[in-house]
Amino acid sequence: MPGFAETFLNLAIMQAALPYLLQGLWTTLLLVALVVPLGIAGGLAVALLYRSPRRRVRWPLILYVDFFRAFPPLVLLIFLYAGLPFAGLEIGAFTAVAIGFFLNTSAYYGEVLRAGIESVPRGQMEAARSTGLSAGRAMAWVILPQAVRNVLPDLVGNTLEVVKLTSLASVVALPELLFAARQAQSLTYNPSPIVLAAVIYFVLLWPFVRLLSRLEHRMLAAR
Amino acid sequence: MTREPPVLSIRGLRKSFGAVEVLRGIDLDVQPRELVFVIGPSGSGKSTLLRCCNRLEEPSNGSIHFDGTDILSPRTDINAVRRRIGMVFQNFNLYPHMTAAGNVMLALRQVLKKDRREAEAIAGEALARVGLADKRGAYPNELSGGQQQRVAIARALALEPKAVLFDEPTSALDPELVGSVLQVMRDLRQAGMTMVVVSHEMGFARAAADRVVFMDQGEIVEQGPPDTVFGAPRHARTRAFVEQIVRH
Ligand SMILES: Nc1ncnc2c1ncn2[C@@H]1O[C@H](COP(=O)(O)OP(=O)(O)OP(=O)(O)O)[C@@H](O)[C@H]1O
Ligand SMILES: [Mg+2]
Repeated sequence: MPGFAETFLNLAIMQAALPYLLQGLWTTLLLVALVVPLGIAGGLAVALLYRSPRRRVRWPLILYVDFFRAFPPLVLLIFLYAGLPFAGLEIGAFTAVAIGFFLNTSAYYGEVLRAGIESVPRGQMEAARSTGLSAGRAMAWVILPQAVRNVLPDLVGNTLEVVKLTSLASVVALPELLFAARQAQSLTYNPSPIVLAAVIYFVLLWPFVRLLSRLEHRMLAAR
Repeated sequence: MTREPPVLSIRGLRKSFGAVEVLRGIDLDVQPRELVFVIGPSGSGKSTLLRCCNRLEEPSNGSIHFDGTDILSPRTDINAVRRRIGMVFQNFNLYPHMTAAGNVMLALRQVLKKDRREAEAIAGEALARVGLADKRGAYPNELSGGQQQRVAIARALALEPKAVLFDEPTSALDPELVGSVLQVMRDLRQAGMTMVVVSHEMGFARAAADRVVFMDQGEIVEQGPPDTVFGAPRHARTRAFVEQIVRH
């Protein structure tokens, strides 16, 4: 029986798998670069629309946010990829991932940004409007900067979750980092590529975890 | 002086929140360069009256003309009107993420579309006018309450308003800081600014107000020169209220 190091930390195999994994990493980063801005934009739209005084506008938003926060993203993804074709809708792995992650992350970002906007005292909007700023400009220059600052730890934390979320794309054969590692593993009959992928995820995310930790401390200290 | 039209002309103003009528038919004219002082018990509708004047609150009925403009008309660009009506709030409402100068410059840049250098120059002048030329780079949380309120006044003045509305500008201040804000308001009056001031600072009212308006339960009960309203009020309600604030 081969030793632990030879099984899990096989450098020769890691070296061989590395270019392949880096390609996967590239796809992961591409997904992040697509899903995060789209999710934030969608979330912002949710948060802004939620300010409507009309209940008819607000309750579908609550439904949207609650539904996609409660819906397991893996189930959503598999449904979009493997379920929709039964309705004659073949959308492909990448589109399924993009749509599924957008629905999920925009619901989360929406909830965070809504809380942020609500944390800004009413007087701020009134002061801005009293100087002649339009509602949109007051939102952009006065409310949103404060809203974002107030929920910055949640925004960073949420973004971390989105990066981790992208690994789910492996189940629909999108060749991101985890999928690449699984492929390398099955080609080499050795789990070292998985370990390598874990290391890459860690190196990628650790700075953000540190940042998050510091932000959380700062928020507590400021209280 | 008598021929000039009023800056602010309010007729039959009514405002309800749900079933509660908070303003019940207010008529009020404010002449150019006049300082009108509004007093009244808590909940009598003083803030609501001010807030209707720039439509932070939507009146239910009546008319408000400001500088010749019917501000309730759907054709009126309310943002254009608002920049000519300064407003100063009890809690200052400074933007905490901007410096004193940044607070003053925002509307100059975003509404009046001044370029940066011009906006900076105007902000500098406005801050100097309230005695804070050296605080332009300070953030609100680095300023005392009195200084914050003066920045808020500078923010309103920078837009060269035709009138300024003050809603209890000194109520949130420690007593020793009140004087600096009242001094700025005195200077403003000296410079001929039209002002409507909701406040309980009787000493200031006696020294600076042209007219005192007493409100109760959404109506103007009595108005007149400060010495009359404070010294010899005609109505029992006014007398009771004045006695009560004298005692404090
Ligand atoms: N947005 C609102 N919704 C419902 N009721 C309101 C609202 N704003 C004010 N009111 C009510 O209207 C009445 C008048 O309020 P307003 O703030 O104008 O009084 P005020 O004279 O300024 O009192 P204070 O001296 O306490 O500031 C109060 O009974 C208040 O509860
Ligand atoms: Mg009030």
